[in-house]
Amino acid sequence: MTKHIKITVNGTEHELDVEPRLLLVHLIRENLAMTGTHIGCDTTSCGACTILMDGKSVKSCTILAVQANGKNLTTIEGVSAENEYNHLQEGFKENHGLHCGFCTPGMILRATELLENNPDPTEEEIRWGISGNLCRCTGYNNIVKAIKYASAKNRGIEPASTEPEFV
Amino acid sequence: MIECKTSKAISGMGHSMKRKEDGRFLHGQGNYVDDIKLPDMLYMDIVRSPYAYAKIKNIDSTAALAIPGVLAVITGKDLEQYNLHWMPTLMSDTQMVLPTDTVMYQAQEVCAVIATSRYAARDGREAVKVSYEVMKPVIDPYKAMDASAPVLRTDKEGKKDNHIWHWEAGQKERTEKIFAEAEVVVKEQMHIPRIHVSSIETCGCVADYHKVNNQLNMYMTTQAPHAIRTVIALVAGHVGLTEEKIRVISPDIGGGFGGKVPVYPGYVIAIAASFLIGQPVKWIEDRSENLQADSFARDYHITAEMAGTKDGKILATRFKILADHGYTDASANPSKFPTGMFSIGTGSYDYDTSFMECDAVYTNKPPGGVAYRCSFRVTEAVHAIERITDRFSLEIGKDPADVRMQNFIKKEDFPWKSPMGWEYDSGDYHAGLKLAMDTVDYWGLRKKQAEMRKEGKLMGIGISTFTEIVGAGPSKDFDILGIKMFDSAEIRVHPTGKAIARFGTKSQGQGHETTYAQIIAEVLGIPAENIQVEEGDTDTAPYGLGTYASRSTPTAGAAAAVAARKLKDKARKIAAYLLEVSEEDLEWEPGKFFVKGAPEKVKTIQEIVFASYTNFPQGMEAGFEATHYYDPPNLTFPSGAYICVVEVDKETGAIDVKRFVAIDDCGNIINPMIVQGQVHGGLTQGIAPAMYEELIYDEDGNILNGTLMDYLVPTAVESPSWETGHTVTPSPHHPIGAKGVGESPTVGAPPAIANAIVDALSPYGITHMEIPITPFKVWKALKEKGVV
Amino acid sequence: MIPAPFDYESPTTLEEAFGLLDRYGDEAKILSGGHSLIPMMKLRFASPEVLIDINNIPGLSHITKDGNTMKIGALVRESEIEHAKELIAHFPIFADVTKLIADPSVRNRGTIGGNLAHGDAANDHPAVMLALRANIVISGKDGNRTVPIDEFFHGFYMTEVQANEILTEIQIPIHGKGTGSAYHKMERKVGDYATAGVAVQLTLDANGTVTYVGIGLTNLSPVPMRAERSEAALLGKKLTDEVIAEAAKCASEDCSPSDDLRGSEEYKRHLVGVLLKRMIHKAAERAMA
Ligand SMILES: Cc1cc2nc3c(=O)[nH]c(=O)nc-3n(C[C@H](O)[C@H](O)[C@H](O)COP(=O)(O)OP(=O)(O)OC[C@H]3O[C@@H](n4cnc5c(N)ncnc54)[C@H](O)[C@@H]3O)c2cc1C
Ligand code: FES
Ligand code: FES
Repeated sequence: MTKHIKITVNGTEHELDVEPRLLLVHLIRENLAMTGTHIGCDTTSCGACTILMDGKSVKSCTILAVQANGKNLTTIEGVSAENEYNHLQEGFKENHGLHCGFCTPGMILRATELLENNPDPTEEEIRWGISGNLCRCTGYNNIVKAIKYASAKNRGIEPASTEPEFV
Repeated sequence: MIECKTSKAISGMGHSMKRKEDGRFLHGQGNYVDDIKLPDMLYMDIVRSPYAYAKIKNIDSTAALAIPGVLAVITGKDLEQYNLHWMPTLMSDTQMVLPTDTVMYQAQEVCAVIATSRYAARDGREAVKVSYEVMKPVIDPYKAMDASAPVLRTDKEGKKDNHIWHWEAGQKERTEKIFAEAEVVVKEQMHIPRIHVSSIETCGCVADYHKVNNQLNMYMTTQAPHAIRTVIALVAGHVGLTEEKIRVISPDIGGGFGGKVPVYPGYVIAIAASFLIGQPVKWIEDRSENLQADSFARDYHITAEMAGTKDGKILATRFKILADHGYTDASANPSKFPTGMFSIGTGSYDYDTSFMECDAVYTNKPPGGVAYRCSFRVTEAVHAIERITDRFSLEIGKDPADVRMQNFIKKEDFPWKSPMGWEYDSGDYHAGLKLAMDTVDYWGLRKKQAEMRKEGKLMGIGISTFTEIVGAGPSKDFDILGIKMFDSAEIRVHPTGKAIARFGTKSQGQGHETTYAQIIAEVLGIPAENIQVEEGDTDTAPYGLGTYASRSTPTAGAAAAVAARKLKDKARKIAAYLLEVSEEDLEWEPGKFFVKGAPEKVKTIQEIVFASYTNFPQGMEAGFEATHYYDPPNLTFPSGAYICVVEVDKETGAIDVKRFVAIDDCGNIINPMIVQGQVHGGLTQGIAPAMYEELIYDEDGNILNGTLMDYLVPTAVESPSWETGHTVTPSPHHPIGAKGVGESPTVGAPPAIANAIVDALSPYGITHMEIPITPFKVWKALKEKGVV
Repeated sequence: MIPAPFDYESPTTLEEAFGLLDRYGDEAKILSGGHSLIPMMKLRFASPEVLIDINNIPGLSHITKDGNTMKIGALVRESEIEHAKELIAHFPIFADVTKLIADPSVRNRGTIGGNLAHGDAANDHPAVMLALRANIVISGKDGNRTVPIDEFFHGFYMTEVQANEILTEIQIPIHGKGTGSAYHKMERKVGDYATAGVAVQLTLDANGTVTYVGIGLTNLSPVPMRAERSEAALLGKKLTDEVIAEAAKCASEDCSPSDDLRGSEEYKRHLVGVLLKRMIHKAAERAMA
């Protein structure tokens, strides 16, 4: 049995017939061939698959594609044009907020909603805010810095220096 | 401040150049192995053993093959026909690709399902029925040594026990004598637990065999593509897959940390499946498979002892290790070093006597012995020496900082010969610890601690001052499967002065595309921005041993500098020709040669490169290309001084890391931003085994925490806000004075944390805690001492 | 990890949903936030034949105050609770608990109805609802019935909700002035299920005497439990150290935790006492604020 669904991804509408058990992350990666959304676990623990669904960050490995029927999705491919950087992308680049880059798309989408709800978060709020997204490479310091950078830019404030700070 | 010899426009060494590779990752355009999709690609899923030790009675694939889309179920018996059912490990042991009769650990591969989709492959896996005759496994490594223990490796002719090898080093008799006569002797038993790298990307591959050309393109998550190509040729050469017919491509890698060094059975099965079916086969493991079956790290049981004087002089150390290797020795070590670089365990201290020994055993656990962001067993060694140094300080009632300062090898005594024969290249340990102590206000903290103790509050300060050993390594001692551990760089500068450089290493996030470009920029003055770095394709890159054990900068980074210098020599000749002066009359400034005393007579590197294609001296080879295979004369010895401050909630055992200061010395710094990033990441992978991570097995060999629900990878909340800094003591023998840094923090952090927690608990007579130190363990220890 | 195949229904009214439940019986499972169910299906610990997605049924996403009762629709997501000002003003315990459930993205999906209907003593809302003496509205084709939370949990993954019913609303009585509530759990890392968790709500009169108290425990028994003897130890008393210690002792004795990776039985019995003390103090502070 397949189900007919209609979803909007990064502004483009798609209509597909899908098996009910198809996971949203597979729909995005396989059916729509957008591979910026990653898979890092099988227990909803890592956040590598994070996207926005109607503006809320969700783990697309734990949502059925059929549940996304009628919804508006944003993946990393949709946060900026290919030759542009939005404030979060820029923040990650300027502050070395990524190493291998595998967690990065999920982090950015999670941080997008975080800043939407809380435009000027404290370090503590950022850390709790990204606690569903694991990064094995960066030790998180620079991810926090990257999100603060974007927060400042979003609010039209000059962000803190992006030079590394040493004791 | 780090001094830069080049302008920001050139961005040679010392500049915090933003990473060149970031753009694609930030736009979701990274190309990881699971992103690869080929026409007619099939999918593989693996049936795994629910038992740690069992005979396979029957594999029934009827129901699986009845599922639409399932094409084949491949068993060990199928592979046996091609003699592909066993493969060598990097330590010259043997490992099953698929079993023909017995499974040796839980989650071992039993057979593989090939299907037209990922979903059908998984359904097929669920439908395969395997019947087993379960046997009593050997799980405890100490019991594995019992005379009564069943012999596990019956496949090895004449094998009568579970002992793999014995290793020893140092001065046995002299050590015994010093221990017998010393004023103070301390001893602790430590387990460095079995852990897992758990890079966020799991392992996988697409094996793409073309029957017509007899050509295998192997896209895979590997940190060492060239070595893998050679291993595949060794395993499959007899079926016609010889090395020139194999192309290994390591695309973007989502973290490695040593876990992507080994050849896992899944890769070989995928190759076999593609070879047999003639279509590309993709295999991507799940996180649970990754945690449960891929190589573990550590698992050393260490008895550590230190002998010294009452006033704090360290005289000797002794370490006895039992290494649990699981069912085969699949460690990723240089061949001559079964315990890796454990012999760095004499530490940063000036004494001349030590003895170390290790026995390795087989058990019914997954094989492994990879690094987890560490240079071959250095973490185990550093934990042992740094913990026992604290234990010694506690015993004699002297502050652990003072004991360290008293015993450090002095700056002027480098190069320094260790009791184990290593020649430490350089270091300034006193300066590092002093900077760390000043940063945290060490003596102020000790005062505060005394006050808190009066109020019954638990606060602890822990130090770790470690010496690493990285950059394997000199060809006289270092090889893997006989291949010497050099590494390589090839630079081609195009007529317009822009370059491509290729390497035998493979970045998994370390930022090679930026740092290698900076090294070349430093030497040649070509802007790093204009130097494209490529790795990971064995058809194009020069042969190298890959990226692990912090070896990239010490080896391939050095190769880049040497190759660039060859080009600079050529540039000088061309400049002299163009300016019609002798080479000696030329002076170099980053990016140009000019005539001494006549700076207006100048040729930029771009002009010189152009001339190398258009207007070069008679007899000179055209073009501007160089290759170098760098054989390091010695290893490099980065060091660090880390201080951790914790508060412990006596009632719950909860541990709050209040501060963590890390001062690293990795020699000359190529890119401070990247070095700092590496340190941050390494520190989080240091707190992980210190407080959270351990693979836990029950006595039947069942893994109890084989998913990320229970294998506790730290989040941004557990990970403290790291404070980092550095001292710079260049390596005297490395072409650019650099040492390697990616792993120092993972190595150095666990003992600092453990020392801090033990320090907090020490008023109650607690002298040691086994990592990972959890609130539960803290509470238990306090309870045993009657405190709660 | 991929679930076994199943059919999917997405009713848009409760009536339609009841019809489907009737039709499929035990073969069907209700899909709410899906963040307990889908993980189990991916690991193939659960393989229902049919999923009945209730997310498209309107009228289940409200948080409203009705006289002295707060009404929370079953489909209200954790993240909505986190930001529900009026609810949190009455019950600060919801700010405590939601922060400790999983992570923000999971909380964007997980529903309060699903959290309770899952019937897992490791989940955090059961203890909170026990402390708050909530009433659970269960709807079926024959209408609604309201069950006190004390009668809701029957066993491991078993609740009062029958195969043909849907949990539709949670009703929480609002106590008067002088009431405070608090929740905390020990977890191995953020987002983990509790090693031990304690929910407390209490009312103090002008003299500081406890006139009402509810205490629920997380992951300390196979079925979510109320610490009744601890409540009795507090009720009608002033919160002296001895009284609180007695309540803590009762909870330690009455719970029935088991040894696991999170700690030993003994440790958990100890923790419940410590946490209960702390939560009583915190709830009392809030009651007096
Ligand atoms: C990584 C992770 C960490 C988590 N950590 C925590 C935690 O710390 N604390 C915690 O409390 N929870 C935790 N959870 C669970 C999470 O809160 C779930 O969302 C919650 O348990 C179930 O709610 P749901 O809406 O997702 O229910 P679903 O998964 O949709 O359903 C759960 C069960 O309840 C049934 N059901 C759902 N709604 C109804 C209804 N209205 N009527 C009748 N039956 C219904 C379903 O059929 C199913 O059997 C975690 C989940 C994940 C993935
Ligand atoms: S893949 Fe890990 S949370 Fe979705
Ligand atoms: S950058 Fe590698 S996992 Fe985050």
